[in-house]
Formats: sequence, structure tokens, C-alpha cells
Amino acid sequence: MSSRIGVITYPGSQDDRDALWALTALGAEAVAIWHEESDLSGLDAVVVPGGFSYGDYLRCGAIARFSPATTAACEFADAGGYVLGICNGFQILCEAGLLPGALLRNESLRFVCRDAPLRVERRDLPFTSRCTPGQRLVIPVKHGDGRYVPPPDLDPAQIVLRYLENPNGSVDAIAGVCNAAGNVMGLMPHPEHAVDPLLGSDHGAFILASLIDAARDRSLTAA
Amino acid sequence: MRATVLVRPKPGILDPQGEAVGSALGHLGFDVTDARVGKVIDLDVEAADAAEAKAKVESMCEQLLANPLIESYEVEVAQ
Repeated sequence: MSSRIGVITYPGSQDDRDALWALTALGAEAVAIWHEESDLSGLDAVVVPGGFSYGDYLRCGAIARFSPATTAACEFADAGGYVLGICNGFQILCEAGLLPGALLRNESLRFVCRDAPLRVERRDLPFTSRCTPGQRLVIPVKHGDGRYVPPPDLDPAQIVLRYLENPNGSVDAIAGVCNAAGNVMGLMPHPEHAVDPLLGSDHGAFILASLIDAARDRSLTAA
Repeated sequence: MRATVLVRPKPGILDPQGEAVGSALGHLGFDVTDARVGKVIDLDVEAADAAEAKAKVESMCEQLLANPLIESYEVEVAQ
């Protein structure tokens, strides 16, 4: 039985197709979810992909937060469902209040597009179970607004990934965080662009295959 | 009623845009010790009086126009 994982497409999403392709390549049943969709029943996990939803007007993710699909993803997460936000998806989940913190303009004011070495800080999550403790992953980043600013009271246990070479001025070199319950995660690097060695790295598969495993287990438990 | 919202990066939040502007002003020969870049949002709001307009716009700021973690805001209503 394969996991059914939804990938939301907003106006301006860009990496939704890569996410669908990568999840399918890793054995999941990937389902495209249009942003007007408000029913996510039947899914085992949701991916909020990268891009420039609604032109990133006002602040990145600020408008996408009001999409019916985002509201549905929040309800899905509140019920314990697994939600992974990548890049713009991370920004949207922060704006929606599912994840702590905010993402601001890169310290350099330049768009960065390169492979980013990362360290896995937690492997007890549905998103990192296939990783080894402290594992070094190389996954590409491509963003102009990736400087993570945590809330003053962020629990350090919520830091999932750190940059080994900070590309954007993120506080504490934070590349990915989870919510307190551990069922929602956001990261700026793009695991969906790194699931095949032909593309330079397949380390993104550690994250996505972990999610696929967890989603499958959850659907089996629920069934 | 015309309302103006000023959104600023909070003190302590790194503002590289402000730093770039400050440095450019320095190149022009201006003696600037600090520059911060925010944004201005002008709104026309239906309201019976200025107090009601201000309350409405403050609610808009809380819900959308500013992100309270990183930004502060100020609302001015034209009389």
C-alpha cells in the first residue's frame, strides 16, 4: 500500500511538479491539490511546495495563508497529519502560524542558488527517520528570502536542520524547524530537487522517503 | 476615510536593505549613522469616525498588514 501525499499548487507555485515527480519516484502516490480545494480527506500527508505564491506580495506567504487549501492544511495538521513546507511552503506555514518564526530577505540581499551542506539535528521526526544522527546532507537552496528569524522563545529542540555554511544569514544557521508536536516541518532547502544522483545529489530522498514511510504507517494505523 | 499604515522592521531585526541604503547615502557624501527601510500602505476605509477607522486598520495590521514577530506598525488616520 502506498502513501497518498498531496502537493498544493497556488498561483505562482513553481516546485509543485518537481515535488509530485520526486514523491512518485520514491514510491508514493502523489496527488496534485489545487489551492481552491478545501477537502484534504483521504491524504496521508501534505507538501506545501516552493515558488512565489501570489507573487509574494506584501510578505512571502502572507497571501497564500488565506487560500482554502492552506486553511485545510492547518486543520489537517491540527488533527495530527504530517505537513512539510519547502521554501515558499515554509514561508507560508510560518505566516499561517503552523511553524514558529519568519523568513526575511537574505542578509546579502542576493538570491542564492547553490548546493547547501546541512546537518540533521533531529532524526526522531516523520521527516527525518531515515537520517542518521548528525548526518550531513547536501541539498540545494534557491531563494531570496530565506533568512530565518526565530521567535525569542523558540525551543532549541524544534531545530531540525542547520546550515554548515550559512547561505542567507539565518539566525543560529537554522535551515529547518518543526512545530512543538513534531508533525509539521518547514525547510528552505529543496529535497524534491535532490532525489537522483544525476541531478547532483539524492540526499533529498532522506527527507521525502522518511515522510512517505511515516505517512504509510499513519494510514495503516488509521485503517 | 484615508488611513496610512507605516510598517517598520522591529528594533534588533537585521535590516540589510536599510544598511545598503545607508551605505549608498554615505557614498553620496551624506553623513548617515542609521537607515531602516519599511513600507507605507495607504487605505480608504469605510468608517463613521476616525476612531472607528483606526480600530479597523489596527485589526488589519494584526491579521495581515504586519507580521508582529518582525515588524511594528503605526496607523495614521486623516481627519
